[in-house]
Amino acid sequence: MELSTIQILLIFIFGTIAGMGSCLDEMQTHRPLIACTVTGLILGDVTTGIIIGGTLEMIALGWMNIGAAIAPDAALASVISTILVVAGHQDVASGIAIAMPLAAAGQVLAIICKTVSVVFAHRADSYAEEGNLRGIDLCHYGALILQGLRVGIPALLVAMTIGTGAVQDMLNAIPPVITGGLQVAGGFIVVVGYAMVINMMGAKYLMPFFFLGFVVAAFTTFNLVALGVIGLVLAIVYIQLNPKYTAVAAAPAAAGGSDADDDLDDELD
Amino acid sequence: MEKKLTSNDFFWAFIRSNFLQASWNMERMQNLGFCFGMVPILKRLYEGEELKAALKRHLEFYNTQPFVTAPIVGITAAMEEKRANGAEIPDGTINGIKVGMMGPLAGVGDPIFWGTLRPITAALGASFAITGSIIGPILFFLLFNAVRLWVRWYGIKYGYEKGTDIVQDIAGNKLQKLTEGASILGLFVMGALVNKWTSVNIPVVVSEITNAKGEHVVTTVQGILDQLMPGLVPLLMTFACMALLKRKVNAIWIIFGLFAVGIVGFGLGILNVK
Repeated sequence: MELSTIQILLIFIFGTIAGMGSCLDEMQTHRPLIACTVTGLILGDVTTGIIIGGTLEMIALGWMNIGAAIAPDAALASVISTILVVAGHQDVASGIAIAMPLAAAGQVLAIICKTVSVVFAHRADSYAEEGNLRGIDLCHYGALILQGLRVGIPALLVAMTIGTGAVQDMLNAIPPVITGGLQVAGGFIVVVGYAMVINMMGAKYLMPFFFLGFVVAAFTTFNLVALGVIGLVLAIVYIQLNPKYTAVAAAPAAAGGSDADDDLDDELD
Repeated sequence: MEKKLTSNDFFWAFIRSNFLQASWNMERMQNLGFCFGMVPILKRLYEGEELKAALKRHLEFYNTQPFVTAPIVGITAAMEEKRANGAEIPDGTINGIKVGMMGPLAGVGDPIFWGTLRPITAALGASFAITGSIIGPILFFLLFNAVRLWVRWYGIKYGYEKGTDIVQDIAGNKLQKLTEGASILGLFVMGALVNKWTSVNIPVVVSEITNAKGEHVVTTVQGILDQLMPGLVPLLMTFACMALLKRKVNAIWIIFGLFAVGIVGFGLGILNVK
């Protein structure tokens, strides 16, 4: 599918926004759920975009910037894989498979940009010496633009070449044993993300709740909302009954019925 | 005349705080981002040499979970305001409070926002999205950002009003309860996801018999495993991934490894789609 000039331009603009989002990690425009949906919308097939987004989101569930660690890049992976699936006529499973090396490449680019940003930080030091507020702002924005182009430019290049068929021919040359295998792997690749989240929690003593969640899901047909409510109830009850907290606040514990409300209020504060 | 921060200053500090990580760098991480966020506040309080000194003060190393920066901005604003009005607050104290808070607050912010809020809202969104429903991305976007903006806005106000008292709050029970509660919810849902949102099928045939009723019964390895405990293989895979990640193996390499397992398994007929 040949993309129109407007579409190519929009891909570049949104790619840049997603790239900025990946660094800022605020609005979550870089997350597959959002980035694939918007890319799909631009290319005229929003439904496919949403489906790729949902599938990729589960794989990327544990991709997070913790401390000084930089996560695999969901922005580059989401935008380009959606272009390849929608405009390059690939199936979702191959799109997901292509997204992984893209996430790794994006991660490397992010590390490079965050190293180059040191230059902006140093420039800001000298503006601070001069009391130049505008200069400080510009350094900050400069680094942000760099982060945006990190995704915007690769997305632009893919959007411009996808119509030539060269990319498609390459993708179509992949043997069926590979695409089939990737589809099989798609079923369990998500465990990496789950493992990342569990490890990050760093609370081994709370693992019984993990096993409880596993067993409840295994033998019921509860949906995610129901499971979430059960998890929340467990969390509240655990904290209410935990002697670690009741020992400190021994006085209200004796008050009986009303303290349950107080604790709930504390939770919601 | 006493210098006083206005609600306008806080509004702009709030807007700017959304760009905290724009210039995240390998040397001092969120330092420029923090200073950038403080500009509306410092501009109100200082001028000339004092402003230059204040800017430099906030370009020191800084890094925490981005959303929990809000109370730190609030408390720093409160201290800077006192200092601008003549209180003896040395640079070291202001930086000491910042550095002293960013570690414990990241310890609270990471499990709550990255470990619980985002995975749960994202999984909820994804559960709609895989059916092609636009509700999925919209739900995720609105839920996550509503909580995030609330924390960013009230965090600044809370930090400003409470001032240095906030340090006791961090050490106290309240945040610990919240973190522990969020971790329980997060782990419970992770357990459920490991079971529900994975699929492994080992179609290797163990026995093929025709039973007394004359029905042809095929028993596969997967059939036996499912009778034992559905989702057992994904559970073991999760533990294997946890162990590899603890050994600092890059997540992307583990993903490639699992892709290889999928391709080889499919090629040999040991694995198939469900």
